[in-house]
Amino acid sequence: MNESKRILEVKELQTTFFTDSGQIPAVDRISFYLSDSEIVGIVGESGCGKSVTSLSVMGLVPSPPGKITGGEILYNGRDLTRLTDKEMRRIRGNDIAMIFQEPMTSLNPLFTIGNQMIEAIAIHQSEMSKKQSEEKAVQMLKLVGLPRASALMKDYPHQLSGGMRQRVMIAMALVCDPKVLIADEPTTALDVTIQAQILQLMKKLNTDLGTAILLITHDLGVVAEICERVIVMYAGQIIEEAPTSVLFKDPQHPYTQGLIQSVPDMRLKKERLYSIPGNVPKPGTILTGCRFAPRCKFAFDRCISENPELYVTADVHQTRCFLYEERKVKMDGNNTFVDS
Amino acid sequence: MATTPLLTVRNLKKHFPVKKGMFGKTVGHVKAVDDISFYVNHGETLGIVGESGCGKSTTGRVLMRLLEPTAGDIQFDGKDLTSLSAEEMRKTRRDIQMVFQDPYASLNPRHTIGKILEEPLIVHGMSDSIERKKKVQDFLEVVGLHAFHAKRYPHQFSGGQRQRIGIARALMTNPKLIIADEPVSALDVSIQAQVLNLMQDLQKEFNLTYIFIAHDLGVVRHISDRVGVMYLGKLVEIAPSEQLYEKPMHPYTQALLSAVPVPDPDFHKERLLIEGDMPDPAAPPLGCAFHTRCPYKMEICTTDIPQLIEQHTGHSVACHLYGSQGDNDIKQMEGSL
Repeated sequence: MNESKRILEVKELQTTFFTDSGQIPAVDRISFYLSDSEIVGIVGESGCGKSVTSLSVMGLVPSPPGKITGGEILYNGRDLTRLTDKEMRRIRGNDIAMIFQEPMTSLNPLFTIGNQMIEAIAIHQSEMSKKQSEEKAVQMLKLVGLPRASALMKDYPHQLSGGMRQRVMIAMALVCDPKVLIADEPTTALDVTIQAQILQLMKKLNTDLGTAILLITHDLGVVAEICERVIVMYAGQIIEEAPTSVLFKDPQHPYTQGLIQSVPDMRLKKERLYSIPGNVPKPGTILTGCRFAPRCKFAFDRCISENPELYVTADVHQTRCFLYEERKVKMDGNNTFVDS
Repeated sequence: MATTPLLTVRNLKKHFPVKKGMFGKTVGHVKAVDDISFYVNHGETLGIVGESGCGKSTTGRVLMRLLEPTAGDIQFDGKDLTSLSAEEMRKTRRDIQMVFQDPYASLNPRHTIGKILEEPLIVHGMSDSIERKKKVQDFLEVVGLHAFHAKRYPHQFSGGQRQRIGIARALMTNPKLIIADEPVSALDVSIQAQVLNLMQDLQKEFNLTYIFIAHDLGVVRHISDRVGVMYLGKLVEIAPSEQLYEKPMHPYTQALLSAVPVPDPDFHKERLLIEGDMPDPAAPPLGCAFHTRCPYKMEICTTDIPQLIEQHTGHSVACHLYGSQGDNDIKQMEGSL
């Protein structure tokens, strides 16, 4: 089992959006953890709830209409869902930081990079003098591999390329030495050569600083590249979780299998791509039975009427599918595994 | 080559003026497409890849003359597109259709699907009203939708379905060539696979020729017979896709291919990580456009622009590493046409 400490643990988290057309459970009772200095990926297609999960952890779910309606988010044993706004603000940035997909819109176009870096430092480390914060900012920009860091402090965001802006965002997120970095599609807006640079940087920071990273992405390639463990989400639920090498070698859930096969492989040409029939369901449209059943080629009667639970099928491998019920291994409270 | 290609492009250029000041004085040019030549055979798919700003989308638009080319000529099906009048070009467009990236933005939200699909037929003066409606229904079925969908509006469809509608619209006029500009990049992986399969089926069924513009190298390999790689307005390499992916010659192609994350954690490849960003297209570097980031940069790269030279059958590359300016007269790319 995992020896290292669980720095972030999400238990039965439920985030619901209250809209005119009813309540939509965008995230439906999900549980996962992130250990110290681990990189975990959450992958899924649009509308699966992966971004809402990350926003819930940060306490940034737009409210109204969204609200955390159940479960706990434990950071070092402290339940973040019970904190006041003020307490949460102290956690955010200092302990858990986040970077977003679009570095263009996350930076204020009217202020220089230096201005924005120093502001971030001033808010979280008020004991620092202006000069110290300036030095710290330059040091952080150097850390993320930006050239001519001190000159860059006087530049405005529009003078930077997409890759450089994402580096600035990462520098800003790491200013307070957070223990957890949540990266929501950090490389989706970037070109592949730049994406490779940013992924390498994230991996390096993880190794050097020991920052645990929760990487939200739709790209299985990115997951294979840097994550140690993967969580696959579909329609608001976790449907499979496994170490990366296991998931790609032995995907169990029919959705995960289909997803992996749908990606055109650059290394060999297939005559025809495997494709999952049908569409990704709109959040909240399928509430009874397995949410993947309408698109699943293995679906049987029970899949339509009953929602499968997340079966532990092997050490650290879990799958939400009735096909694996008999392979289920019973789990006792201490996370030790006993054959059923 | 025995047969004439469907499309032959020679020395195509598209420069956008950079204007400054109150009187709009032209202070320079962005060479979005700078002297590129290639051909597309009947029934094949030519993929064009490159990163943002490399000019791949501009190339697609110039071929349709949605943007007027600055120089060069485009031979399509025996016609010289660059010399046609606007009216003649409009008529020719029934043979060249386009599929766009964003299926949300390229369908008019106030028109029903039926009206959207009928429009190209009306524009090109084809058939009477009943036949048109029949054709709309037929093509909805062809792309995997239903005839009753004709009465619905774009917002009632998912992204994948909308892209199917975009493809149906392109097919309405029985085109010979379809230029698809990032047709699947806005779609989820599972839906992307459906649309790619549909495009392959349609190609066989209607004997279509595709120019497939995309940034996703995996997708391009899957669908293309030949692939061209663009960098900063130039075509730096073009080859049969098998060959391009197995034995890339241009350092940029090598870097691009090695940068793509492969969905297989056990696959370890040698990575050619290139530094920095693409230079400003308004002030491209002298000589080879890639020399600022190239790990194999030589003296000559900073001064001379490398020409696209055929190195193996059908495999052309613009790089000083392979032969100098001197020997290129034998194997200029046009020579192979």
